[in-house]
Amino acid sequence: MTTLKQTPLNAAHRAMGAKMVDFGGWDMPIHYGSQLDEHHQVRIDAGMFDVCHMRVVDMRGAGSRDFLRYLLANNVDKLQTAGKALYSCMLRPEGGVIDDLIVYFMTEDWFRIVVNAGTADKDIAWMKEQAQKFNRHLPAGDAAAALSPFGGKLDRGALQSPLPSPPPMGEGIKPITITSRDDLAMVAVQGPSAASKLWQAMPGSQELAESLKPFNAVEMGTMFIARTGYTGEDGFEIMLPKKAAPFFWQALADAGVKPIGLGARDTLRLEAGMNLYGHDMDETISPLEAGLAWTVDLKSERDFIGKAALMAKPATRKLVGLVLQDRGVLRDHQVVHTALGAGEITSGSFSPTLNKSIALARVPAGVQIGDSVQVAIRDKMLTATVVKYPFVRNGKGLI
Amino acid sequence: MSNPSNLKYTASHEWIKTEADGTITVGITQHAQELLGDMVFVESPAVGRKLKAQEECAVVESVKAASDVYAPVAGVVTAANAELDSAPEKINADPYGAWMFKMKPDNAADVAELLDAAAYQAHVDSEAH
Repeated sequence: MTTLKQTPLNAAHRAMGAKMVDFGGWDMPIHYGSQLDEHHQVRIDAGMFDVCHMRVVDMRGAGSRDFLRYLLANNVDKLQTAGKALYSCMLRPEGGVIDDLIVYFMTEDWFRIVVNAGTADKDIAWMKEQAQKFNRHLPAGDAAAALSPFGGKLDRGALQSPLPSPPPMGEGIKPITITSRDDLAMVAVQGPSAASKLWQAMPGSQELAESLKPFNAVEMGTMFIARTGYTGEDGFEIMLPKKAAPFFWQALADAGVKPIGLGARDTLRLEAGMNLYGHDMDETISPLEAGLAWTVDLKSERDFIGKAALMAKPATRKLVGLVLQDRGVLRDHQVVHTALGAGEITSGSFSPTLNKSIALARVPAGVQIGDSVQVAIRDKMLTATVVKYPFVRNGKGLI
Repeated sequence: MSNPSNLKYTASHEWIKTEADGTITVGITQHAQELLGDMVFVESPAVGRKLKAQEECAVVESVKAASDVYAPVAGVVTAANAELDSAPEKINADPYGAWMFKMKPDNAADVAELLDAAAYQAHVDSEAH
């Protein structure tokens, strides 16, 4: 029997009455009494989430930017001001999604990346493998005669699909280090009152927190504060030393921030139209078929892992929103019958803010907003409408 | 919350109350509502429907999962709780007060054979392993 991993906040969750569950090998709170109440709390006021299971990865070294231009489907050259963040997929050479992540540009020598819990080890192994192949001393203009600085040869035979050649880097090795920050905890504070409650809990932070723009991060002492989130509300994701986490969590509680479980985290992100790795996409799915074309930069001349595969294969399916018109709940993997053929629900649940069931579904590319579809739910065919997502923004329904 | 001793129970987590007129009132237990989480929809059986013992006759749907509810004994449905249409969360807040449906059993003796509170608790404890 394997024991579950615990975050530094495990005792705090239990003291707050959490119902704990096995969440991908972690002992995590699914709710603290009512998942529906917690959902509303975040839309109306503020809530806090233990997201310590996610992984912070620091990439350092002068070659980091060049490497990330090659590694990621979105273009880190959009990050020119310190602290700016970018949401991107990391792709396999065949075009499937290894993970979705956020990368923060802090300095030319330091990019911070936050990846999903379940894929973290895989992601880091991939990054290190690609960095080793990328870290080479090139005679200027001769990308093909690449040797790694450690004397090994690039083993192209081992690859499933050809990797693009990294652009010539000019002379000199620009070593990159990739470090899993296992010493850091992460807490998210989300909701319209998140900002005002955060600086109540963090004396001296008000000016800093007020001036922090969405999708930017700033360091304050040992805290790394990012104005990002997974709920569709204003909010922050704060990375801090593990030892400081219980005290910080209590300070937030004292400022009136309620604890929110993973059950509400899922209904919040679904209403906000945000993808969940392993459900809406995985290594067999192109970002173009997962509603993530907006995160893939195919326009610039930059070559990146997976670009050739995406350019070669147009998408025949797309991700749409569904709202169930009948009573019931849409759930993952239910079959969706459209006029153009069958599709599948990738993320289904109940929307507490709309008081209806909603879902993301992968359907034939020709399906239109407004179309009526049939969803096979248990032994019935129920009617759903195709809608644009997100379903909710700033606490209000959009559909 | 302990299982009220004046009720009968099934292994599928329904509670049963015998009324003075011989009909029975049926709901789901504290254990069941806690496992399922916040309720969002309840589907009750139609009044007049004839049911066999252990026949699927209702559905409780939470955010987490849908769960069938079974007729505890053979009989006929005499009423369904319309309040649960608009307020399914009552099952979470008050599982022994928020009844789902009422039945007239074919045989009163069938009800006597259902689990008592202690036997139901023993069943719940054994399911946990």
